[in-house]
Amino acid sequence: MARTVSRQEAVVVGVGTTDFGAQYRNRDANRSDYQLGIDALKIALDDAGLAKDDIDGVLTCRLPNYEKFGTLAGIRHPKVVNAYEGSGRMAGVVLQHAITLVEAGLATTVACVYGNNGRSVGMTYGGESAGRGPGDDTGAYDLAYGMTSPGAYVGMMYRRYQHLYGAPDGALAPLAINNRTNAALNPVAAMTKPLTEEEYLSARYICDPLRLFDYCMINDGGVAIIVTTADRARNLRKPAVRVIATAGSADLTGHYTKPDFFDTAARDVAGRVYAQAGLGPEDVDCVQIYDNFTPIVLFSLESFGFAPRGEGWQWIKDGRIGLKGETPVNTSGGHTSESYMQGWALQVEAIRQVRGDAGDRQVANCETSQYICVAPVVNSHVFQRA
Amino acid sequence: MTTQYAKPLPRVHDLNRAFFLGALDGRLVLQHCDACGHVWFPSAQSCPKCLSQEITWKPVSGRGRVWSWVVMHQRYIPAFADDLPYAVAFVELEEGPFMMTSIVGAEPEDLVCDMPVEVAFDQVTDEVALPKFRPVTGEAS
Ligand SMILES: [Zn+2]
Repeated sequence: MARTVSRQEAVVVGVGTTDFGAQYRNRDANRSDYQLGIDALKIALDDAGLAKDDIDGVLTCRLPNYEKFGTLAGIRHPKVVNAYEGSGRMAGVVLQHAITLVEAGLATTVACVYGNNGRSVGMTYGGESAGRGPGDDTGAYDLAYGMTSPGAYVGMMYRRYQHLYGAPDGALAPLAINNRTNAALNPVAAMTKPLTEEEYLSARYICDPLRLFDYCMINDGGVAIIVTTADRARNLRKPAVRVIATAGSADLTGHYTKPDFFDTAARDVAGRVYAQAGLGPEDVDCVQIYDNFTPIVLFSLESFGFAPRGEGWQWIKDGRIGLKGETPVNTSGGHTSESYMQGWALQVEAIRQVRGDAGDRQVANCETSQYICVAPVVNSHVFQRA
Repeated sequence: MTTQYAKPLPRVHDLNRAFFLGALDGRLVLQHCDACGHVWFPSAQSCPKCLSQEITWKPVSGRGRVWSWVVMHQRYIPAFADDLPYAVAFVELEEGPFMMTSIVGAEPEDLVCDMPVEVAFDQVTDEVALPKFRPVTGEAS
């Protein structure tokens, strides 16, 4: 007998996030990234009203050893299992793969689990580890000139952006301030103290043109998202959330600095997600944008058609991206204020917003939310309540 | 030249030796594909465009423009601590490849996107002369 092809739609039925603020305040060198993932999974199971034994697929991210995860979580015989690298671009990819696996019938209920103890172990995302392998590696050449860290490569793009489009010093401040304002309404955000433009501008440069508050906040934390079939989703605790559109496109070159600011890949993804969803950026009630560094938000808004090319820095001004604005952006505080969970917590926020579950930061009448990650693997999803 | 050079350097090996020998000789030498003419950096065993392994190392013009630059303030690399803050430039060569580099003969505040530059080698060890770039004056971009 041949295999049958499932046509059943996969939906999101549970999400879990750990207390990023508590983890930020209490740095602990013994904190395990695997345990953070397990903590998040437990929360997501409770959120869904599922038991651990319902899980028959496990995709881990940033937790390199899925066997260790399965051992510690006591999930012994999942039908599918894999571990994804701990890069922000993978958050959306893992969710795409979970949906695909469920819709292909390879598993019924897939747990996507992310764990990160980066703050406690002193992760820096820059330094001399690059380019030590076989072959020839741009990282090794770049180090000879003192070039390192993703923020510096993004800074390189942003300087060029300023040159081309006239964005003045301080043009990124509304993004950092908006994140902080939203984080103040998020009980688990790491940074909730309000930020003024003066404070933004007087903060030290990490890599000129980028300052401290343009950088994501490295932290510890866990995030989990559970995907299952629409049938299985009936009678679970929370409303199911549909992924009405999802697409990806990579931009694979030797440097994180892309001469087109990722535009070719991002426009390709935008075209496909909006075609699948049957709507456009103007119809999205809130958008969660991967912001490892603030300029990426401008690139995202422009390539996805929220703002015209070169005008994103003007478009974000005057409250347009605030919770009560025309297009709320990063409603949980994003990577610069909630926590740098490498896209994972942003996906959860997009899901919570359409469930109406976002507490004090809930966007009114939020029917459609979007996640956008502009990175060397660009991806985006559009969510609606089932 | 110094024997106490403490900054990180790329490893010289069979694949990229021609690049470093050229640099010691004051020439910027890159791989050119015999089949399709593509030029790239850093070195690879096959042409990233057409996958041909018929490759010739040839000098390039050494001219390009500053696509962008940054000024590093954070101490990521101990050997660069005394240089902070320092500029790093991303140069687009006339032949197409991009190179991360330093600009000599100009202060960070003098750097402008699209300024024309040309290669200027800085021999830092017996084995390695690093290609850096200097502004080209009196030339229309
Ligand atoms: Zn070729």
